[in-house]
Amino acid sequence: MARAALMDFDEALERFDPVIGLEVHVELNTRTKMFSSAPNPANDEFHGAEPNTLVAPVDMGLPGSLPAVNGTAVRYSISLGLALGCGIAPSSRFARKNYFYPDLGKNYQISQYDEPIAFEGTVEVELENGRTFEVAIERAHMEEDAGKLTHVGSTGRIHGAEYSLVDYNRAGVPLVEIVTKPIVGAGADAPALARAYVATIRDIVLSLGISEARMERGNLRCDANVSLRPKGQEKFGTRTETKNVNSMRSVERAVRHEIQRQAAILADGGTITQETRHWHEDTGTTSPGRPKSDADDYRYFPEPDLLPVEPDPAVIEELRAALPEPPAARRRRLKAEWGFTDLEFQDVANGGLLNEVAATVEAGATPAAARKWWTGELTRIANAQGADAAGLAEPAHVAELAALVDEGTLTDRLARQVLEGVIAGEGSPREIVDARGLAVVSDDGALIAAIDEALAAQPDVLAKIRDGKVQAAGAVIGAVMKAMQGKADAARVRELVLERAAADS
Amino acid sequence: MSDLIRLSAADLAAKLASGEVSSVEATKAHLDRIAAVDGAVHAFLHVNAQALETAADVDRRRAAGEALGPLAGVPIAVKDVLVTEGMPSTSGSRILEGWIPPYDATPVRKVREAGMVPLGKTNMDEFAMGSSTEHSAYGPTHNPWDLDRIPGGSGGGSAAAVAAFEAPLALGSDTGGSIRQPAHVTGTVGTKPTYGGVSRYGSIALASSLDQVGPVSRTVLDAALLHDVIAGHDPHDQTSIPDAWPSMAEAVRRADVSGLRIGVVKELDSDGFQAGVRQRFHESLELLAANGAEIVEVSAPNFEYAIAAYYLILPAEASSNLAKFDSVRFGLRVVPEGGGTVEEVMAATREAGFGPEVKRRIILGTYALSAGYYDAYYGSAQKVRTLVQQDFDAAFAKVDVLATPTAPTTAFKLGEKLHDPLSMYLNDVATIPANLAGVPGISVPAGLAPEDGLPVGIQFLAPAREDARLYNVGGALEALLVDRWGGPLLAQAPDLSTHELMATEEGVV
Repeated sequence: MARAALMDFDEALERFDPVIGLEVHVELNTRTKMFSSAPNPANDEFHGAEPNTLVAPVDMGLPGSLPAVNGTAVRYSISLGLALGCGIAPSSRFARKNYFYPDLGKNYQISQYDEPIAFEGTVEVELENGRTFEVAIERAHMEEDAGKLTHVGSTGRIHGAEYSLVDYNRAGVPLVEIVTKPIVGAGADAPALARAYVATIRDIVLSLGISEARMERGNLRCDANVSLRPKGQEKFGTRTETKNVNSMRSVERAVRHEIQRQAAILADGGTITQETRHWHEDTGTTSPGRPKSDADDYRYFPEPDLLPVEPDPAVIEELRAALPEPPAARRRRLKAEWGFTDLEFQDVANGGLLNEVAATVEAGATPAAARKWWTGELTRIANAQGADAAGLAEPAHVAELAALVDEGTLTDRLARQVLEGVIAGEGSPREIVDARGLAVVSDDGALIAAIDEALAAQPDVLAKIRDGKVQAAGAVIGAVMKAMQGKADAARVRELVLERAAADS
Repeated sequence: MSDLIRLSAADLAAKLASGEVSSVEATKAHLDRIAAVDGAVHAFLHVNAQALETAADVDRRRAAGEALGPLAGVPIAVKDVLVTEGMPSTSGSRILEGWIPPYDATPVRKVREAGMVPLGKTNMDEFAMGSSTEHSAYGPTHNPWDLDRIPGGSGGGSAAAVAAFEAPLALGSDTGGSIRQPAHVTGTVGTKPTYGGVSRYGSIALASSLDQVGPVSRTVLDAALLHDVIAGHDPHDQTSIPDAWPSMAEAVRRADVSGLRIGVVKELDSDGFQAGVRQRFHESLELLAANGAEIVEVSAPNFEYAIAAYYLILPAEASSNLAKFDSVRFGLRVVPEGGGTVEEVMAATREAGFGPEVKRRIILGTYALSAGYYDAYYGSAQKVRTLVQQDFDAAFAKVDVLATPTAPTTAFKLGEKLHDPLSMYLNDVATIPANLAGVPGISVPAGLAPEDGLPVGIQFLAPAREDARLYNVGGALEALLVDRWGGPLLAQAPDLSTHELMATEEGVV
């Protein structure tokens, strides 16, 4: 396939105004599925089960089986709708979306169509550069996930596959689909905004505890709609929908790529085909999928097997009262409490370390120390390992490490060694200090003995010090630190070296 | 013919409880009867090889002094629309041939828990689409009153099994009359409960908003006893009603129509109905009036649109419900010669696995739900549905129950309407309104039509959740008619074992 021509991003933004729309699917982590009593693989406890072991008759579409709505999934959906600032429908309804596909046990998906549970909200999204946007939410609705197809053969796609395997474990996993209104006015920030929006949704569902929110597992999936219109034009251009973009970074790259690709076509006098596109992580490009039109006929009709969802208003108010602080408000509060500069705070936030720093501060560390450890040494190690800093160490352990430095038990250098032990799972910092004998030697007697020995071994250095060439002391200090296996405070050693050199004269 | 098979379920249950008869004996008698006559009737698609074992188990439990339900040990036939663990369940379709479900439908589970003995699965129109059982992929069922005639449908197998004394009781399902119309043409009793009264879990869906499982029997009391077993809330079916139900059997035992206001729907008492059907209908009403009931004429002007609305709603829901039959997970798989894509295999399977009536309704329903047509067809049909419900509301503000002939004619000949779908659909003109409104209905034998000597039923309808009223009026009428006839109507049915014998001698079977 020929590689699509791309326009330079800056040039594209000079000529066109991008409009984006984002659809995020959130897999809820309820214990059972949306419409059956089968365990839910989107819950950590059941993740990774053997294919087709987490199924009930309804997930397989067995004749006679009937769906039954999972009340917890409804409550989670209401909480999510409220967190998105949405209204909750006093009565919403499930509908059948009819289409034939082998990953769909019934050959229809139970979804919500014209009567979603949550509608009309806003989410405040802060970009890495500190700019904030109010993203308008059109709706959030409940539905079920489909099974998973594995196409065996050269193409890896259903067409051209020798055969395909179906795993119905995922069929019926509860989903909430969150749909934004068209987002205009982001300009060159459109790709970053798309990424920050998904990150914000992730923060929200994590703070609600309603999803494991691991994008690499598909707990959170994003479809990105992108269209361009010439600068100054009111009417939206034709959009494409890039499906299942499964990391924050890819969301940003995919939007950026579509802007550049569409700009090149439009500038060349071409037209954009309304279609779904596949995102290719390896090449950072999209390729055409199924042509899509508004006339796609899913023959929606109200699901006759289920009653309308009519939540008790008291329950809605209970859930509203239990909502956690919105991520944007929380960031503002923490920044003020911690007294960080914009740059310091962005360093933490953009590193995805807000929760870690907060927990470390809560465990007793100063905000400065917590920030220093998480954005410094832990991030460095994580980068080297190709892992996320978050999760590398327990915030309580990091706080303990900071305390050990503060009380003088550890030098920074020793503390880094202890941290390695913590990451290796050797225990708490104190346990490691004890086990490895890493504490600073603060006994002057032991230091003086080592210094006297070093001075005696290097009489020329001693002579230079006595001549007033104080910088020569470095050689002695180095020898002492070596003898102490690094467990000494170098500044104290220097003081004592000068003292001993003078005393002996 | 063994006397055991002639007993009503209630009488058989009494003999079982007293120890006079064992469930093994009763079950054996019915299995023998099936062996003797079902070659001619073809009510059963599958006979349960475990039936005697189940019966022996109930006998053991009874001997051990275990407290058993009122119908424990009584055999029962199960319409093949209901899934049965360990027994094939085809819904009368080739596409499910040989499929053995891994679970029991809730009504089947309840029947088993009540200690009843499933005899097997009964024939039906494919996926319950039809009024004659001629649309079964496995050949038609014959009416025990006249083997050349239809037993009604879609539940012709259950009705014929009960009418032919192959089973004292059966389970049926009624989407537009599939329990009541077969009862009408076979001289049996059949109830469509209030929508949500009996769980639909495990009933292979035809039209989810219309389907309802119910009892088939020879007496009103038997229907009530079975109704009491299968009714009740089921968390697996969210459309099932959570409230507790009064005993239907009690309603029959206390049957009394004095002061009961019975509404005659004037739109369903017209020239469109066979003379003998109307004659027996009016005689029944006179009998009830003579015993204290008040007969009132009521109008239901929107009933005339019910069939049109029904034939949009039903195919629409069915087209979606039947989409699951795609060869991927269960049932028939037809691979085109030389292999094919998944779409081609699905298409070939559905082409080979579905009969013409099923295809007709899938196409109708797909069309009715299509973008651009939805409002005109499905949307309008739902509005008519609301109007039909309003007609019922208005009528029930004046009367306690409604009465109509159950169906326009007595049993017609096999093949007579097979190629005339519209005339076939008209069979359900009197039964469909109840399904659209979710209200309960019962068909009770009203006699034989003078012109052809074939059974005629009378239908009673009650407001939603008032199923007990049906058993009250049905039980009262039955008692009055049995007095008049000097015995049950089915005593007048031809003796099939003789017929079977003759047919065998002639080499027909």
